[in-house]
Amino acid sequence: MATSIQLRQLKKAYGDVQVIHGVDLTIEPGDFTVFVGPSGCGKSTLLRMIAGLEPITGGDLLIDGQRMNEVPAARRGIAMVFQSYALYPHMSVYQNLAFGLETAKMPKAEIESRVQRAAEILKIEPLLKRKPKQLSGGQRQRVAIGRAIVREPKIFLFDEPLSNLDAELRVAMRVEIAKLHNDLGNTMIYVTHDQVEAMTMADKIVVLRAGVIEQAGAPLELYNTPRNLFVAGFIGSPKMNFLTANGEGDIVKTASASLPLGRSASGATTLGIRPEHITVTEGSGAKFADAKVDLVENLGGQTVLYATTTDGQALTVVLEGQRHVELGSSVALYADPQNAHIFNAEGVAIR
Amino acid sequence: MTVQNVATAPQAGVPKTSVWRRIWQQDGPGYLFLLPWFIGFFGLTLGPMISSLYLSFTHFDLLTAPRWAGVDNYVRMFTNDPKFAASMRVTMFFVIFSVPLKLAFALGVAMLLNRGMKGLPLYRALFYLPSLLGASVAIAILWRQIFAGDGLVNKFLSIFGIVGPSWISNPNYSLWTLIVLAIWQFGSPMIIFLAGLRQIPQDMYEAASLDGASKWRQFWKITLPLLTPVVFFNAIIQTIEAFKSFTPAFIISGGTGNPINSTLFYTLYLYQEAFGFFRMGYASALAWVLLALVAVFTAFSFLTSKYWVHYDD
Repeated sequence: MATSIQLRQLKKAYGDVQVIHGVDLTIEPGDFTVFVGPSGCGKSTLLRMIAGLEPITGGDLLIDGQRMNEVPAARRGIAMVFQSYALYPHMSVYQNLAFGLETAKMPKAEIESRVQRAAEILKIEPLLKRKPKQLSGGQRQRVAIGRAIVREPKIFLFDEPLSNLDAELRVAMRVEIAKLHNDLGNTMIYVTHDQVEAMTMADKIVVLRAGVIEQAGAPLELYNTPRNLFVAGFIGSPKMNFLTANGEGDIVKTASASLPLGRSASGATTLGIRPEHITVTEGSGAKFADAKVDLVENLGGQTVLYATTTDGQALTVVLEGQRHVELGSSVALYADPQNAHIFNAEGVAIR
Repeated sequence: MTVQNVATAPQAGVPKTSVWRRIWQQDGPGYLFLLPWFIGFFGLTLGPMISSLYLSFTHFDLLTAPRWAGVDNYVRMFTNDPKFAASMRVTMFFVIFSVPLKLAFALGVAMLLNRGMKGLPLYRALFYLPSLLGASVAIAILWRQIFAGDGLVNKFLSIFGIVGPSWISNPNYSLWTLIVLAIWQFGSPMIIFLAGLRQIPQDMYEAASLDGASKWRQFWKITLPLLTPVVFFNAIIQTIEAFKSFTPAFIISGGTGNPINSTLFYTLYLYQEAFGFFRMGYASALAWVLLALVAVFTAFSFLTSKYWVHYDD
């Protein structure tokens, strides 16, 4: 049975410094929720508050409808995977996995079978006798996850678990964690500052900034309808282009073009267009800017242009396939008005 | 290749620079700077050590020339010297009790200080102070006053109507007063323990607390095993210190090792033999036996360390 989590006006302060400002959030049973945001946004603090490693200053934390604010970490039915793995260096892999079960005074046979099962799931059976220092980064990561699995918790928490791995391994482990979630079906919360991880793994993404939730929703919901400039810029890679603009009626005017939106654009001061939604081909969408090409990156499957508009604003364009674009040449940029985002002076999206 | 060989080959008729000259040219100034250390090491450490090794095989009273005695001194020590046996017993007792108790106390205080309390640097300095003062003559004299028949300890006990013995003149307690004095000098191992505790990542404890481990279990299963390199280091240093301990026993017993040889430390006995009876040969032999004993202990510690000391890398 998967477990629900509810945060009601959850607050955290260190002395006079408030770091989490009354967060409201509901996590459905079995959901894979990702907390994402820049460094210092409070995502790890929030996770540690749920884990019971950080006292809650205000508000309520409910797990399966029960208030957990004062319940000790060990009795919240939670297992956590740490960024540093936090493996006990003096214990073998087996002992690391068994530690929590031994603490709970579980019968030896049960411990053995649980450790074996976790080792099978994570394919670490040949490593059980080794010490953590004899393992590679990826193997340590598996052991850390194994230590969480053996306890059969209701909730898994991951605190930036892949940030110490190299790029290739990170992708592989990402897939494995997602698979693990599919197999186990537990409620999981995953903290990362990498929006690609968030997009690929999450059922629900929670974007945090300075201790406040900026937006929470399904990955594509955040991608397609970001609530504000921050979310629009944070979700998506390369990040969304923002141009100073002026909304008049249902037209957005930039320095060198006018883009008919087909909906009201009044109050808009910023036009946002994702790099992958821009083309240089006349006839595909409406023209919204002229730009000079500063740099071309040919990635094989895509061509990335870095350009500057006539009024000196930087732009990134991602074109499908291999395209020949002259360095220093001027290009007209087109976009489908459907894919244009507009924001008012406060940075809030206008829909 | 050929060209290079021709260029670097020593040419006939040109004298080869001597090896010493080349070393001097290369490293001369370095050795010059090391000279004070060399003089100190050879003149004050290695020289006396070698001569004491020689003297340990002689009879020597400082006034007449040493007379070769072969292994007589060593034979006498192990077969015909009850005071040697007594001093060995006292020293072993002192080492066996003072070192573990001191380390345990130092670790306990270090763990208290490691809880992020306010004014930590002040406490650290205060607790370290006895380590600086402890081996001094003044403190030993103070200790004698505290544990004397009419000393501070008995005055305190008299509040509760207890008439305490004269701790330092009672052979049952005298050695224990010295052990307490040794424990009181817990500052230096404490500082090292404190540094060791700081090295243990906080998330180990967090992971353990999520696993439901009590503070007690965390101490036995995480803190202590991860601290074993520091325990090992402290144990060796403190044991060597304890074997060498001299001043407190000398002052408190007035250089006699009494009552009934109960504070006759090995080093004190060595001192008596050397500067009381001027048996320099015998005293040198005693010194070498102590060195051998400490070496054996240290070697044993290193050999067993792989079974109980956990190094991270």
